[in-house]
Order: sequence, then C-alpha cells, then structure tokens
Amino acid sequence: MSTHDPHSDVVVHGEGELPDRFDDPGLHEHKPRQADVDPKVAKRVERQVLFLFTLSILGTIGVVWAYFALPPGETPDSMRTSNVVLGVCLALSLLGIGIGGNHYIKVLMSNREYVEERHEQRSSDETREIAVQMLKDGAQDSGLSRRGALVGAGLTALALFPLAIVVPLIGNVGEDWNVRKFKHTMWKKGTRLATDPQGRPIKASDVTIGDVWHVIPDGLNELEHGKLDEKAKAIVLLVRLDPRDLKSDQSPAGETWGYDGIVAYSKVCTHVGCPVALYEQQTHHLLCPCHQSTFDVADACKVVFGPAKRPLPQLPITVDDEGYLVAQSDFHEPVGPSFWERATK
Amino acid sequence: MSELKTPPSGGAKAAAATADYLDQRTGVGNAVKFFARKVFPDHWSFFLGEIALYSFVTLLISGVFLTLFFVPSMSEVTYPTEGVWATMRGVEMSEAFSSTLRLSFEVRGGLLMRQIHHWAALVFMAAIVVHMMRVFFTGAFRKPREINWVVGFVLLILGLAAGFSGYSLPDDVLSGNGLRITDGVIKAIPIIGSYMSYFVFGGEFPGHDLIPRLFTVHILLVPGLILALIGLHLFLMVMHKHTQYPGSGRKNTNVVGYPAVPVYAGKLLFNFFVVFGVIALMAGTMTINPVWNYGPYDPSPVSAGAQPDWYMLFLEGALRLMPGATEVMIGPYTLSLNVIIPAMIVPGILFTALAAYPFLEAFATGDKSEHHVLDRPRNRPFRTAFGVALLVAFFILVLAGSNDLIATHFHLSINDITWTFRVFLFLGPWIAFVVTKRICLGLQRKDRELVLHGHETGRIVRFASGEYIEVHKPLDAHERWLRVQHEAVRPLEIEPAEDSRGVRRKGYKADRMRQRLSQLFYEDRVEPVTPAEVAAAHGHDEHDEQHTAIEGHGQPAGVGASAHGAEPDGETAPDGRNS
Ligand code: HEM
Ligand code: FES
Repeated sequence: MSTHDPHSDVVVHGEGELPDRFDDPGLHEHKPRQADVDPKVAKRVERQVLFLFTLSILGTIGVVWAYFALPPGETPDSMRTSNVVLGVCLALSLLGIGIGGNHYIKVLMSNREYVEERHEQRSSDETREIAVQMLKDGAQDSGLSRRGALVGAGLTALALFPLAIVVPLIGNVGEDWNVRKFKHTMWKKGTRLATDPQGRPIKASDVTIGDVWHVIPDGLNELEHGKLDEKAKAIVLLVRLDPRDLKSDQSPAGETWGYDGIVAYSKVCTHVGCPVALYEQQTHHLLCPCHQSTFDVADACKVVFGPAKRPLPQLPITVDDEGYLVAQSDFHEPVGPSFWERATK
Repeated sequence: MSELKTPPSGGAKAAAATADYLDQRTGVGNAVKFFARKVFPDHWSFFLGEIALYSFVTLLISGVFLTLFFVPSMSEVTYPTEGVWATMRGVEMSEAFSSTLRLSFEVRGGLLMRQIHHWAALVFMAAIVVHMMRVFFTGAFRKPREINWVVGFVLLILGLAAGFSGYSLPDDVLSGNGLRITDGVIKAIPIIGSYMSYFVFGGEFPGHDLIPRLFTVHILLVPGLILALIGLHLFLMVMHKHTQYPGSGRKNTNVVGYPAVPVYAGKLLFNFFVVFGVIALMAGTMTINPVWNYGPYDPSPVSAGAQPDWYMLFLEGALRLMPGATEVMIGPYTLSLNVIIPAMIVPGILFTALAAYPFLEAFATGDKSEHHVLDRPRNRPFRTAFGVALLVAFFILVLAGSNDLIATHFHLSINDITWTFRVFLFLGPWIAFVVTKRICLGLQRKDRELVLHGHETGRIVRFASGEYIEVHKPLDAHERWLRVQHEAVRPLEIEPAEDSRGVRRKGYKADRMRQRLSQLFYEDRVEPVTPAEVAAAHGHDEHDEQHTAIEGHGQPAGVGASAHGAEPDGETAPDGRNS
C-alpha cells in the first residue's frame, strides 16, 4: 500500500528545473499596531481599559446594593425587578473585567508571534527499549511467571470481587422488582368515576353529548401511599358521543363497555406514556401532545396517525343504582407504553 | 548590567521568598519553565472549546449555590396558603418543586442563579457541539489527536446526561412528562425493559426515589466525570501542542503563536469573565424554565407545545417521525420497534458515526503520519460533505421535534409536516452530501484559478492586435501559499490480486475493500497548483522571469523575518504579457 506524507515540508525537485511544490514564504512581517507607534492612541486605550475596570467595580457595588435594597418581594413585578437589576449588575461586574482585560491584551500587550518546534509524540527507539527492559525486569522480580495457578486465582478473585458491591446494589435498587404491577390499576368492579383533580363522583346524567371529562378513580385522593404511582396508571378520559356516531361500544368479546354513548379510555398513551389530553369534538379524535399519536374515539380509540401502534385500552363502565358511573372491572389489558411481557398472562 | 541600584521593594522580596519556599518543596520552577512561555496558536474558532469550559465553570459556581437551597425529595407537601406565589397556594407538590419555588422567589438572587445555571447549561451544550464541528471540519482529530477526539465525544455524552438529569430535578409537570417518556423508552427495551424501569425508578413510575437518585447523578457522578475528563482533554491538548491553521510559516514541525505568559494566560482569564458575564446578562434579562407557571408534576395534565431543552429535541423528533406500525409481536412478546429504532438505533448510528469517524478516515487514507496543520474544509470534500450530511440529519430531527410548533405557526397539517420530514430524513443528508462536495470542489477550482491567473482587476486593456484582455494581478506569495500548501490525498493503491507467477495473494479481498473505501473518499479531487503549472500558464516568453520569481520564495523565513517575495511582481495579464 502506498503511504504518503501529506504535510511534508520537504520540497521534492522534479526532473525539470521547477520544484514540484511551492515553498513556504515564511512568516508575515510583524507590523506594529497603531498603539505601538502612536503614544496618543496608547493613552486613549489605557483610559478605555480603566473605564471598563471601573465599570466592573460599580457593577459589583450594584449587586451588593441591590441585594439589600431590592428584595424579591411578594409581587411578580418586584421579583422581576430584583432579578433584572442583580443580573445586569453582575454582568457589568464580570464583563467590565473581561472586556477590559481582553482589550488591553489585544491593543497594548506585545503581539509578537513566537515559533516553537514540535517533536513527534512517540518516544525514541532507545527509550522504548529501556522501557520494555524495565517492564521485563519488573516481571522477573515479581516471580509471577513461574506461578500460573497463583495468577489465575488472583485474577479470578479480582474479577469476582465487584459482585460484593453490585449484587446488593442491584438487589435493592428496584425495590420489590414486582413488574407485574404494570398490568393492574386501582380500577375495580364498582369503583366510581370521579373528576380529576377534585375527586367528585360523576353521574351519567351530568355528562352531555360532546363533553370530555378527565377522570380518576374515586378514592384515589384519599390514598396514603403511592398516590402518584396509582394516578399515573389510572387516569381516564370520559367522552359522550351521539350513539349514532359511535362505531361500536362493544368490547372485542361482545360485551357492552360503554353506557348510552358514554365511553371511557385510558389517558396514558400507548406510545411512551404521555397523557393523551387533546380532544377534537368534530372529528372525535384524541391527540397526544407529545408525539402526535391520534386516536379515534368513535372507533375504539384505534390509532389513525402517529408513532403509537395500539388503541388506548378501554375501561368498561356502567351506572350504579344511584346513577353514578362506575367501572365494570379493571382494564382488560395493561395501560400505557408497550413492554416485552405486556401480552403474557 | 551593574548590581542592583535600587534595593528590591518589599513586595518583590516577599514574592521571591514565597517562590523560593515553594520551589524548595515542590520544584515548581520546572513547571514554570515548561509552561510560562509555551506557544499557543490563536484563532477565533479556538475560543469555542473555551466557551464550553467556562460555561462549565459557571455551572459549577451556580450549581453549588443551588445545592444549598434545593431539596431533592419527592415527599408530598402542600404549598402554604400564605406562600408568595398566589397561584400555587394550597397545591400539593413535592419538596423538590416547593424548594425550587423558594429558590426562585424567596432566596435573594436565587432566581438569578437558577437562570444562570439553566442558560449556562444551554450555552455549554451549544459550545460543545460547535467546538466539535470546528474540530471535525478542520481535521484536528487526525493523528496524534484521535484519543482526544474520543475524550471530547464522551464529554458530549456526559453533557447530555448532565443536562437531562438537571432538567428533571425541579419536578415540574414539563420535566415530569419528559421522565415519563424516558420510562416509556426504557420499557421498550426487549426482555429486560420492565426491570430496567424498576432499576431506574425504584419501582413503578414515578415512585419516590427518582429525584434523589438524579440529584446524586447530577451533582456528583456526572460533574465529577466531566471534571476529570476535561482535565485529561486539556492535558492531551498541551502535550500535543495545539494545531494551527495553514498559512505562511506555519508548518507541521512548528507551532506559531503567542506565549502562555502573558498573552494566552491573560486571554484565558479574561475570556472566563466574558463568558460568565454574557450568561449573567442572559439570566438577568431572559426568563428560562418558569416552573411556577407549569406547576408541580402530576401525571394527568399536559400542555401542547411543550419543548424539552434543545439538545434533547433530536430524540423527540426521531420518536415523532417513526410510524407506529413497526411495533411487532414475537409470539406473546411485544417488540416496540416504533420506540427502539428512534430512541436507540437512530441516535446510536449518529453517535457511532461521530465517534468512529477519525478511525474510518485514517483507514481510508492509509495515513500514519502526524498532522498539526489544519485542513481548510474545502480541501477535504468527502469529510466536509459527510459532516454536513450528519448535521442535516440532526437538524431535520430537531425540526421534527418541533413539528407541532411549526404546524401551528405556519397553519399546516401536522400529518403533512411529519410525512415531509420522514422523506427528508432520508433524502436530506444525501442532497447535502452531494451539494457540499460540489461546493468544496468548486472552491478548490477557484483557488487554482486564482493561483494560476491572479485576481481580476476589472481593468481592460487593448492590444495592438485589437485583442481585449482583462488585467490580472498575481497573488503575493502568502496568498498563494495558503492555496497550494495542502496535499490532495489520492486513493490508496494496492498490490495486484495475483503475483508474478499468477498465484492469488491472500488478503487481496480485504485490501480491495479498503481501496474501494479510499476511492469513495478521494476519487474526486482537485490537485493544488504546482510551480510548473503557474509557469505554463504564464506562457513561454515570460518563462524565465516567472521562474526566478517562484524560486525567489524558496527560503523559509525565520521569526518575523521580512517575507521576501511577498510583494506582487507587478500586474500581469493572464497570458504573461505585462500590461
Ligand atoms: C455538568 C454540567 C451541568 C449541566 C449541563 C447542568 C444542567 C442543569 C439544568 C438544565 C438544570 C435545571 C435548572 C432549572 O431549574 O431550570 C439543573 C438543575 C440543578 N443543577 Fe445542574 N447542571 C450541571 C452541573 C451542576 C453542578 C456541578 C451542580 C452542583 C454542584 C448542579 C446543581 C444543580 C441543582 C441543585 C439543580 C436543581 C435546582 C433547580 O432546579 O432549581 N448542576 N442543572
Ligand atoms: S407518548 Fe403519545 S405519542 Fe408519544
């Protein structure tokens, strides 16, 4: 294979009299700046730098003053003022130093360029040889080459030792590791549908056609533990459609899961789990604001567009003796994003 | 010089005594001797990495301030009815959120520090990305700097981790939704996804462990690693000595620039104040992440148009573009390719391409030598085009991550926009590649043109023969050197498949593949102008004069030496006739 040295500085002369490559003309001539030759300019720049440093001092004083004199207070306006004054003064304090110093360096400090040699990164052959010999000597001194079994045991011990840390860590970090919890929510037969976030039970008669209700299970707000965990799974969207618009309120097995045009679907997107919260009345489409998966409420919440694959799971509902909407059971499949064992028993 | 006339001042004496004390105990004199006048090349684009460094320092300073008041806990509290922020009174929230409110409204200067911290994070990520682009397009990653490229790449990933973990800490509804998306992505991992989700959240989402865990990641693990790797990054930079842009007197065997003391050190110091100052100004005048408007995390509400920080948008965009139909069942098991591909495979490909590029290029170039003079991007058409193609892919994903904003802003249908982006994600990078490569080759041809025929002057001259001709002014030696100093790398040549006796050689196939790759990189190229070509272009009658002019630039000049031959040798018509 050919190798080449793209940045060789060596000029190879060809057959003719002309070289194959141009030569480097060498560094530009050093040109003095205005301030190098005109003391008046230099004086002016000095004054500018002085001014900038002074500005910085004033900025710092400003921060301290504002800290005491302008507390954030109780109103949005006073908070804004405090923040703006503190921020601008701090910026002055910093930029005064920064710009002043840079200005000085650029205009007044010597701008003569220097040249330094580079050396190849690799160490010399001699150094390498010595290094290798040193390692060999070290290996010799260690006496390990004659004790293979010992080395093996030592390496095994080293390799195993991290387990003593990792096992307790992994064991604890997932708490009870009971991933079956993904498959259930707190909805049960008879749980009333309640408004989110107040928790007021909903009567079927309160829901008019075209309405959308954000729903949580009755009793969620009273939970002592894991309220948000339960809420994250149990949130439901309730919609009442004109029964003629509804393609079907039947479950796949033919049971009736809706009530007089009222249907309830999990609000957790089957893509990666955002709350599907935007309902469009005319089209009966539900839009997930995160990645725009669109579900058709009139058609069992099937996906009409976007990155989700599965329909939103339906919560089977009916009414109880008092006319309140209640769940017939939990969801019949896990809610939310897909996971490997989602469809297993 | 005679002995000191004026005795040294008290200050000078004290300094000398301190230096002596230190040197006797640490030998610091050696370090000073090594560093003090070390030469560093200067260019505005070398400032980009500095911005990253200083915004990180700004993050450290503001971050420490925040830790003193922030409470990383998910325990439920109720915002007091006499609390300063009226809309939150009586609302249930986590301690993390309520302490963020306290930081914003009650700690004096706390809001400023929060906003400094967040703006600094955005500047930090932007500076890393642009710095990386500079290194890429100028070929600064070539030997011996490949390892430092990898260190920088890891820093980019750590920066993403820092930003992501910090963004989630205030436990507001926006970042909480981001975490929920993260949970959905984790669950999509085949076989172990559910367990990984438990691993991260300590049980079901959102649980009670996540904020404290993210806090440890955010203020200890990630910044610690970043700090250590920045140290390594800079150590390697000093050891390699900084690269320099091509130009007169800048060679592969030298480094031209300003000494550490005073110029470079001074700039380092003052640039920190500039970066911090600009960030402070942004934080004082531009609200960022007003979590008090979003409210505490609650799994139920979400608003349209919510955006993550810019460096996460590409993932968001990838998730949005993927059609859902790609989720498949394997027996009873669910394989969510609609999530795995955009959230893991696509970024995996982008990042692997980025990390591996220096090694790929070295392989295709067959190049084992060190490079300290940077490339002008036009002189490496394949690399430049490849980089632009990657950027275009990234940019399309970022735009796709804002497709809802684009839709509402331009009154377009979101389906149409999504479909357009789907198509463009595949077409865009190819188009960008082809166009960029052409532009590079075109610029190289223009360089050739300039070297051969000089600048157009716009002056037209009429010869006795009646011929009209535009007067051209030849380039001076510096201008010319910039355009001819590079080598046009040619594709690798390999040994033939069969030796002289017709026996098939082992390893030919591998060599052939390597050659194909090399051809892909370097088949299309424009060679730099040679002296002979210039001479030919100037015609035979003027040959001798030109020749001396060229040879006249032969000797490399020393420091600050007058650049002889740098003056134009008079104006010359393209055919060599003096006008
Ligand atoms: C390594 C680079 C870092 C990045 C990119 C980063 C980024 C972020 C971001 C985006 C936030 C959200 C801020 C907001 O509320 O709007 C945040 C919060 C926070 N960060 Fe950092 N950070 C970094 C380093 C640090 C360090 C070194 C510390 C402390 C030693 C720290 C402490 C904090 C704390 C306590 C919060 C939560 C406070 C709050 O949100 O009000 N960060 N970080
Ligand atoms: S989470 Fe709903 S579309 Fe992604």
